[in-house]
Amino acid sequence: MNTSTTASAPTTPFDVERIREDFPILKRQIDAQPLVYLDNGATTQKPQSVLDAIEHYYQHYNSNVHRGAHCLSDEATHAFEQAREKVRAFLNARHAHEIIWTKGTTESINLVAASFGKAEVQAGDNVVISAMEHHSNIVPWQMLCEQAGAELRIAPVNAKGELVFDGYSALLDSRTRLVAMAHVSNALGTINPVKKIVEAAQAVGAKVLLDGAQAVSHWPTDVQALDCDFYVFSSHKLFGPTGVGILYGKEALLNTMPPYQFGGEMIEHVSFKRTLFNQLPYKFEAGTPNIAGAIGLGAAIDYLSTLESTAVMAHEAELIKYAHERAIAFDGLTIVGEAEQKTSVLSFLIDGTHPHDVGTLLDQMGVAVRTGHHCAMPIMEQFGIPGTVRASFSFYNTLDEVDALFTGLEKVRSMLL
Amino acid sequence: MSEPSQPFGDTITSQDLLEDLAFFDTWEERYKYIIDLGKQLPSMPEELKTEERLVRGCQSQVWLEPVFDGQNLRFWVDSDAFIVKGLLAVVMSAYNHQSPGAIQSFDIEHFFGQIDLLKHLSPTRGNGLRAVVKRIQSLADTYA
Ligand SMILES: Cc1ncc(COP(=O)(O)O)c(C=O)c1O
Repeated sequence: MNTSTTASAPTTPFDVERIREDFPILKRQIDAQPLVYLDNGATTQKPQSVLDAIEHYYQHYNSNVHRGAHCLSDEATHAFEQAREKVRAFLNARHAHEIIWTKGTTESINLVAASFGKAEVQAGDNVVISAMEHHSNIVPWQMLCEQAGAELRIAPVNAKGELVFDGYSALLDSRTRLVAMAHVSNALGTINPVKKIVEAAQAVGAKVLLDGAQAVSHWPTDVQALDCDFYVFSSHKLFGPTGVGILYGKEALLNTMPPYQFGGEMIEHVSFKRTLFNQLPYKFEAGTPNIAGAIGLGAAIDYLSTLESTAVMAHEAELIKYAHERAIAFDGLTIVGEAEQKTSVLSFLIDGTHPHDVGTLLDQMGVAVRTGHHCAMPIMEQFGIPGTVRASFSFYNTLDEVDALFTGLEKVRSMLL
Repeated sequence: MSEPSQPFGDTITSQDLLEDLAFFDTWEERYKYIIDLGKQLPSMPEELKTEERLVRGCQSQVWLEPVFDGQNLRFWVDSDAFIVKGLLAVVMSAYNHQSPGAIQSFDIEHFFGQIDLLKHLSPTRGNGLRAVVKRIQSLADTYA
């Protein structure tokens, strides 16, 4: 298909049909039609190599880590720690022990709120978030502030869905302990100016947590370049399994933080008088971890390293550009979130229809989108809408699938209006 | 408060819907029909669409207001989504203007199975329909 895409720099050829072969689920049929999976913001699909790595672990070396004096345990421990190292390299963190396994973005944020937050946020302090956050990056801070007698400050977002930077920096002061912000908004696709956000926060001595849940699958992340204090994401949004997430934290900071949960793995010595906690990263990893999940995420990172990231980014840019062109040309469609800096999300409404109706009918045509408030009710409320229809893209999507979405929307319109 | 008045459960019965739906071969026809049913369901007066009458559904809003006249239960019911409203009309064809005993003895699961809409009535769809059915059943238990 010929689309009026950019005439910018030539890119490495990106063979999307070849890539799709790596993802078995993409061959699925829904009611005898090919699946058009445009719900990548909710979760991404898994390449065969990730599925294989998990199966291989269970078939060949399943055992507990860091404990058994036997061959399988050594192999499992090695693979588990190697996966941690892969995540370190993926984020360009300084040390592997700055990578903490959690069960997802949500738990990573809760860990920081329960540990750093409880220790550092006192009455009269404040925590700054933005109006476009996911509930996972709102509620833990709301609860923390309530308990501590601290203030939760909300950085404003403009009508295009962009952070109002001056509005944000005006909220910062010497009592700001933490800024917690999305790298990319899941509801709108806005890419936040995270480097500037970090610099402004550091200027007042505040720490910064970046929620990378929607960012990591789209471009390489470098936590040292960002200089953020915490960076969090979920494996399942990065082509890895569910039930695994990452908390990156700067070593010095993690060392000062109290443990989050207590039990096995996280201790060095236990007596009934006194317990000594383990070193990083184990101090924050109480109990048997999700070993298969960690290994699966490691395999996902390996898979990504076989792709040319500039080609991936160029393909995604082409997809989102084409989707926006079609959206703008579609009668009665309003795009929700028109930030200048935006990634692979097209959130929209169609005049006279409810997002739920649109999503239900698209589903009949095999097109999977998300509808609703996207766990970001405050920003929906600001825009005065009950929710949106959200198509979110990944590198395995095609221009034909964008067309399938709009063919579907034409039918939806004819049925509903 | 004005009295709820609607054709479903009165002049349009659950049996009528089953007979109509049997005519359709494609999903488009079935959905068109459901959407049209929704359009025949009178809108609930705005002043009744209050927080207390809201049946929590994740994706669309559903309001329900029962009126019991000592004999039968009648309902105001509405949704902001067309398809959900159409499905509410389907539920009304079975439950509206019925005695609590009739509601209790109506096999709604069997009815849903016959019209092949189970997918939309599944709790995971989060559209509030299951919650409406449960609410009506418990009202019937109360008044029986
Ligand atoms: C921006 C953002 N933050 C946090 C989360 C929560 O991630 P999880 O449910 O994997 O913990 C999501 C997932 O939808 C998200 O998009």
